Amino acid sequence: MPILETINLTKRFGKYTALEGVNLAVNEGEVYGFIGPNGAGKSTTIRILLGMLKATQGEARIFNKDVWADAVDIHKRIAYVPGDVNLWPNLTGGEVIDLFMNMNGSTNQAKREELIEKFNFDPTKKSRTYSKGNRQKVALIAAFASDADLYILDEPTSGLDPLMENIFQECVLDAKRSGKSVLLSSHILSEVEKLCDRVGIIRQGQIIETGTLDELRHLTRTHLTIKTREPFTSLNKLKGIHHLEEKGSELTFQVDTEEMDTVIRYIAKFGILKLESAPPTLEDLFMRHYREEEHSHSKAEGSL
Amino acid sequence: MVARYFKGTNKLTVFIARQQRFKMLIWLISLIGITLSVATAYSSIYKDEKSRQAVSLTMENPAMVAMLGPGYKMEDYLHSNGAIFANEMLLFTAIAVAIMNILLVGRATRGDEENGRIEMIRALSVGRLSYVSAVMIVSVLINIVLAILIGLGLASLQIDGVDVAGSLLYGSILGAIGLLFAAITAIFAQLTETLRGTTMFSFMVLIIAYLIRAIGDVSSEVLSWVSPLGWLVRSGVFAANIWWPVVITFGAAIVFGAMAFYLHAIRDLGSGFIAARKGKAYASPFLQTPLGLALRLQRTNLIAWMIGLFILSSSFGAILGDLELYFADMELMQAFIDVESDYTMTEQFMTLLMAIMSLISVVPAVMVVLTVKGEETKNLTENYYTRARSRTCVLGSHFLLAVVVSFIMQSLVALGLWSVGEAVMEETLSFGTTFASAYVYLPAIWAVIGLVIGLIGIVPKYTGAIWLYVVYCFLVVYLGDLLGFPTWMNSLSVFDYIPHIPVDATNFMVLIVLTLFTIVLSVIGFIGYTRRDIAG
Repeated sequence: MPILETINLTKRFGKYTALEGVNLAVNEGEVYGFIGPNGAGKSTTIRILLGMLKATQGEARIFNKDVWADAVDIHKRIAYVPGDVNLWPNLTGGEVIDLFMNMNGSTNQAKREELIEKFNFDPTKKSRTYSKGNRQKVALIAAFASDADLYILDEPTSGLDPLMENIFQECVLDAKRSGKSVLLSSHILSEVEKLCDRVGIIRQGQIIETGTLDELRHLTRTHLTIKTREPFTSLNKLKGIHHLEEKGSELTFQVDTEEMDTVIRYIAKFGILKLESAPPTLEDLFMRHYREEEHSHSKAEGSL
Repeated sequence: MVARYFKGTNKLTVFIARQQRFKMLIWLISLIGITLSVATAYSSIYKDEKSRQAVSLTMENPAMVAMLGPGYKMEDYLHSNGAIFANEMLLFTAIAVAIMNILLVGRATRGDEENGRIEMIRALSVGRLSYVSAVMIVSVLINIVLAILIGLGLASLQIDGVDVAGSLLYGSILGAIGLLFAAITAIFAQLTETLRGTTMFSFMVLIIAYLIRAIGDVSSEVLSWVSPLGWLVRSGVFAANIWWPVVITFGAAIVFGAMAFYLHAIRDLGSGFIAARKGKAYASPFLQTPLGLALRLQRTNLIAWMIGLFILSSSFGAILGDLELYFADMELMQAFIDVESDYTMTEQFMTLLMAIMSLISVVPAVMVVLTVKGEETKNLTENYYTRARSRTCVLGSHFLLAVVVSFIMQSLVALGLWSVGEAVMEETLSFGTTFASAYVYLPAIWAVIGLVIGLIGIVPKYTGAIWLYVVYCFLVVYLGDLLGFPTWMNSLSVFDYIPHIPVDATNFMVLIVLTLFTIVLSVIGFIGYTRRDIAG
């Protein structure tokens, strides 16, 4: 039983269709990465999940409760951090943290102090003076200091420096270790790769790819750099070889994961001096989907 | 050297003028329009010697001196409509011009800096002082345009007693006081770190200048000379036509302007000379309640309204004592008031006052409810709704706060009128009647609150329309009888149904119906609000 589930979620604003049949499922204890470019529908999905927008069609449930009708109940067990945190300019950061924690229904003072210390945050300043990163810290501290079962994080690190991002990642892993679930929408793919168990990719209001990182890697290519004793010429005639480049005595290329075996067997005959392989990054995967429009369309149909 | 400090000033001047053009246009049109139309109106009101004598007597009343500045000599009033006009209008128009300058300059200097816009500009090939120079050029231009248009406009009306020399002086005083406050605001933009601080300090200077002048005009002339507003009411426009107030105001503006430039040149971008205070690290238990938060966010605003409304009603209270003596002759007042009535003029005047003051009380109450929509536009309501706080709770706490505010405002209106009236009148107002005549307007105020709730719930895009309705209600009360509105037009205003205590008897039926109307509208609004999408 997933802790968060949407079935055929559709949202229209007038004639514009923002979401078209989105199916998502986040299981208990899992960190789910939700990626896609700007305007793909990530935030709309999250706003529906939070009961701010009403779905035109379809169903969305968290803790097996309806996200629209039981919003207030659900939110007692949720912590949310938006990408763009807006605060009341005349309240101090400390006051807002207390307010947010109080609205979440929990007050873990010790955790609050610990996180303020960790994030190196000055809670005595008025919110209007905080930078984007500092405003995000307010929401992050309030979220991780409250005792939630599900964390919904919508590009939560877009204003943080690398040091703070590290601390954020620790917080997420801590939450995961204590059995909490996380829905993490992010642009920073290395972060998603590091934290997430499963990933869903959304484009133009539709989920076009979903699965564990390993599963997704099968759909993409591995980078290889090789040097052989005997030179060979016919490599580009093999199936599944892309972006072949010669750099001095070395060759670099990408190979489709399903053709890997054939390619390795073939080049082994020429006497390998050096072989370097790099796993496909989420970025490659992502870029492939957005660069090669046609290709990913056919893939989308395959995966849904 | 010049390039280092002033490069790009010309382009930035055009840029800032373009950015602010609508605001400047609206300010200019309203300031000029009101000045010219009032000047025209006065020439037809005070036609004969008797009414001018009455004005002269009214102006000797210390309460009027405190409000408008010292009066002219009796013969000035008799000879010139201009003197009456200048006496009643100059000070308040000057204050309006000062407010215009504070808002425009504050926004273009510290406001743009706080939002990071100046940072973007300064990253371009632009001098260090270019932006502030451009702002000052724009404000010099707008004040000169204002001075010339008002001067020429008044002269072109060809009203008896409003001559060319006086008109030009009148316009120049306004322009000079505008420049002075532009320069003062520019200084505070260097001293404080926020737009809020800038406008707050600038307004404080304006208020203190007004108060010093008020006290000085009543008790000691020397004190008045400390305040620039004290200078300008001593210009004797349309009578003696004294120019030195313009000269020293202008001189002061140049000195303050230069100071602003100097301060701007020596400070870092984004910083101020007055460091921001340290705030609290924890939220008080009261702030953590929905009502506490709503109240806290509105606190400064509400306190300002409370003080303003109390001062206004006390100053009306101050003139009540002389009311029957002075206003018996005035044609204008007779259009509002039924002369052959069983009730005293004071009592009849009070019903009109109460209607107007109640319409002013509506404004802060409506603003409280409108923050729900304002916070939605600023993506602040998501802070509630993504956490365990319900929509009904948030809207409800604002609704409750608005009702409480309406009650407090009406209490202050009654208190100000009654307490000061008590001190100055021989035949004092009854405590009970005064408060009853204020509280009787509460159901009408609530109906407007209900209307806002309805708009927020059902048609959130058009919530601003509530101000049109408030203005309409104001027109009905203020001008409905004067302009002879048909009955149906009057009855579109909820305020038109309220009985005028003590002249009318209290009609509980009307009050109950209005309250029911409020409840129905609010319920519709609440249902709509809980069912619609929240933008942010």
